[in-house]
Amino acid sequence: MGILARAGDLRLSRRSFVVSALFAGGSLIIAPRLIGTAQAAEAAELNAFIRIPPAGPIELVIASVEMGQGVYMGLSTLLAEELEVGLDQIVAVPAPANPALYSHPVLRDQITGGSVSIRGFWEPMRKAGATGRLMLVAAAADRWGVPAASCRAESGEVIHAASGRRLAYGELAQKAAGMPVPQDVPLKPASAFRLIGKPARRIDTPAKVDGTARFGLDARPPGVAFAAISICPTFGGTLGSVDDAEALKVRGVRKVVRLSDAVAVVADHTGAARKGLAALRIDWDRGANASLTTQELERRADAAMAGDALVAVNEGDVEAATGGPVVEAVYRMPILPHTTMEPMNCTVHVRPDSCDVWVGTQVAGRARQTAAEVTGLPVEKVIVHNHLLGGGFGRRLDHDGVTMAVRVAQQVEGPVQVVWSREEDVRHDSYRYLNLSRIDIRLGPDGMPVALRHRVVGPAIMARFLPIFFKDGVDFDIIDAAESPYRIPNKRVEFARHEAPEGMLTGNWRGVGPTRNAPAIEGGIDEAAHLAGIDPVEYRRRLLSGNPRLLAALELAAGKAGWGGDLGPRRGRGVALMAAFGSFAATIAHVHVGPDGALKVERIVCAVDCGQAVNPEVLHQQVESGIVYGLSAALYGRLTIEQGAVVESNFDDQPVLRINECPEIEVHVIESGEAPGGIGELGTPGVAPALMNAIFAVTGKRLRALPIDTAELSGS
Amino acid sequence: MAFSLNVNGRSYAIDVDADTPLLWVLRDVIGLTGTKFGCGVAQCGACTIHLDGQAVRSCVTTIESAGTSPITTIEAIGDTPTGHRVQQAWLEQEVVQCGYCQSGQIMSATALLNENPAPEDEDIDAVMAGNICRCGTYPRIRAAIKSAAAGVPAGKGG
Ligand code: FES
Ligand code: FES
Repeated sequence: MGILARAGDLRLSRRSFVVSALFAGGSLIIAPRLIGTAQAAEAAELNAFIRIPPAGPIELVIASVEMGQGVYMGLSTLLAEELEVGLDQIVAVPAPANPALYSHPVLRDQITGGSVSIRGFWEPMRKAGATGRLMLVAAAADRWGVPAASCRAESGEVIHAASGRRLAYGELAQKAAGMPVPQDVPLKPASAFRLIGKPARRIDTPAKVDGTARFGLDARPPGVAFAAISICPTFGGTLGSVDDAEALKVRGVRKVVRLSDAVAVVADHTGAARKGLAALRIDWDRGANASLTTQELERRADAAMAGDALVAVNEGDVEAATGGPVVEAVYRMPILPHTTMEPMNCTVHVRPDSCDVWVGTQVAGRARQTAAEVTGLPVEKVIVHNHLLGGGFGRRLDHDGVTMAVRVAQQVEGPVQVVWSREEDVRHDSYRYLNLSRIDIRLGPDGMPVALRHRVVGPAIMARFLPIFFKDGVDFDIIDAAESPYRIPNKRVEFARHEAPEGMLTGNWRGVGPTRNAPAIEGGIDEAAHLAGIDPVEYRRRLLSGNPRLLAALELAAGKAGWGGDLGPRRGRGVALMAAFGSFAATIAHVHVGPDGALKVERIVCAVDCGQAVNPEVLHQQVESGIVYGLSAALYGRLTIEQGAVVESNFDDQPVLRINECPEIEVHVIESGEAPGGIGELGTPGVAPALMNAIFAVTGKRLRALPIDTAELSGS
Repeated sequence: MAFSLNVNGRSYAIDVDADTPLLWVLRDVIGLTGTKFGCGVAQCGACTIHLDGQAVRSCVTTIESAGTSPITTIEAIGDTPTGHRVQQAWLEQEVVQCGYCQSGQIMSATALLNENPAPEDEDIDAVMAGNICRCGTYPRIRAAIKSAAAGVPAGKGG
């Protein structure tokens, strides 16, 4: 069961939004009210999704932020499909920060994450488009004195074929706003889609190849100053003393800002700010975490594994299943950074009566809220100018950077851009915290599992992040996919909540819960197959009766990867499956392991069923992207803690995959008319277990910890 | 100290310390924000520009060392035949995701093709390994470089 299904009462019901329309600012505005709460808003503040001006392109307001996942393209496609306009007739504009108006229908906050943008907006966007189209057609029919049924809409015009008359939407905007708003508008069947599922060039990319795209770091409000920041490296520590004599001598340095836990140097440009920061002599009070090490954190997690846990899933009776061989294993996942390509940054202008924030964030509403809280201003006095995101991956779901930047800006005259160095970005992330999984699979006489127990030890991120996904002590995200997609009569998932030390921020990371659980589940099932003496693909096949979509993905991947064919010496394949985010994926890795343990990932084949694809090319891109992200983590991802601080700091000591290491990647898509599933996170979870299983196939060595330790493979 | 910089065919008088990296001069002083900051230590390639036609990492290239050599940034690379071809290939192959690394990727790829009009996979690896993409666009970057090298629009990426 997926995370959304678990919070089933929150699913969008057909009646939970109504569409309204008005004429304001010279434009026809179509606004579906997404959540039942808001006594919807003043006319001027309607959550417009479509603005049709008298002339010029139609504006489509995109409530989700663009971080590479193609959501401008995706949501525009949904609106344009039903509105009957071409993608060349529209411009996508980001929604302002206002959770009352632009909240995600399921997450109930203005959040982009969890691969739910298309799923949440799939129906409301199309309804908004269809409503607009029907009103425009009605307006034209009225003007011409002909029945609406004799008119049709096409490419931004209403056409009366019998008389050859046509009117552009812009010319009809004002009149259309006065037409009755149709209710329960019918939506096109998939067979009539003209844009959805059809190849079309992304609309956000031309500006990203000529340097004109504006990310948060490119915000340049007039008079902006630049600040470099150093935050206490030890989590939860504070600033002791600072000697800034040398820093203030650096040309271009204007000021040194002291905060309780950080210090920033403000200058004419970032170069001077960084030079000034390097010239500071800082003493930190490292506080309670001063002696913390990775070993100690792992010891604490082990203790949590041995302690109490809550039962989160209980099917059948795992206790009653006795006898037979058992697979028992503990899988260990490290602390991971996000290392988005664009380091954390935020530009802020605090004035006595207002505050402007320029940032690329997945949580614009929360960014606005924190700025209001820090400054004491009413939330309406804070304007968030959301920008493109140079990668999100979950990092920009937290607004700690905004909070910090506002605190700096409070001590600066005029706007200031606070820039985290890569080192600061790595050392002050919202980490994926370490977690452990103990898997316990009991086999029946035929070698197939009769009982599965999975104990998950890790933090409950949802308790703070989205409490609607935290119930009775159980975090729905961290146990997402923990029970496996397999038909096993008795299953139990236990959750032992284990939080990071105070002061260390932990958060969401690409692939969220399913990425945490996949290594243990897919590794464990592989171990069971081996114990039973059954081929790993065949073993999974037998466990998938009742899951035809996942089975089809497995068959497709196995076929494309040539499963079972001989690869020659020191080469092998491994498989991993994933049912999550409303989608299905089968990943097969093909590796070479040298006698010295050197690992080369040669090829990754991934077959996916994501329901109806909104844009097939974006789907391919996203799965490829998720795979590469997963590979970086599987091969290299691990942060070390000493003195309560992260030791690693940049791409030299926390490497990520580079082009010369990138395997051949093949994504195969199963065409489907089912409701669209998530695509942004789907590629990531299967990578690590597919690699570990492939390594086992080559070497007979079962790895149960990430990242992959090639030293363990030498001589195998 | 005052320096005279030649950027994209224009000259700028810049008054900063001699050890100031070109990256910040371009972005913060001149206002050409297409060149990106990713690491600051020549590890990621996001800040790649052309100095005298050579790809260099502007985060570790000081204004003093640049002298008056011509600098080309992503904002003007499309005015060169190779740069334009590379940009077109990038769009045709749908390389771009978040886009943050892509200025640097395009600058590196353009320098590669100027040097070697028909690169093999190993040549691409050798030059492009200096440019990180966290969105994982590597397979498409490889395809786009090959299609730009061929000079003809190839089929779509995959
Ligand atoms: S910012 Fe210059 S190489 Fe990374
Ligand atoms: S496209 Fe996002 S980092 Fe390369």
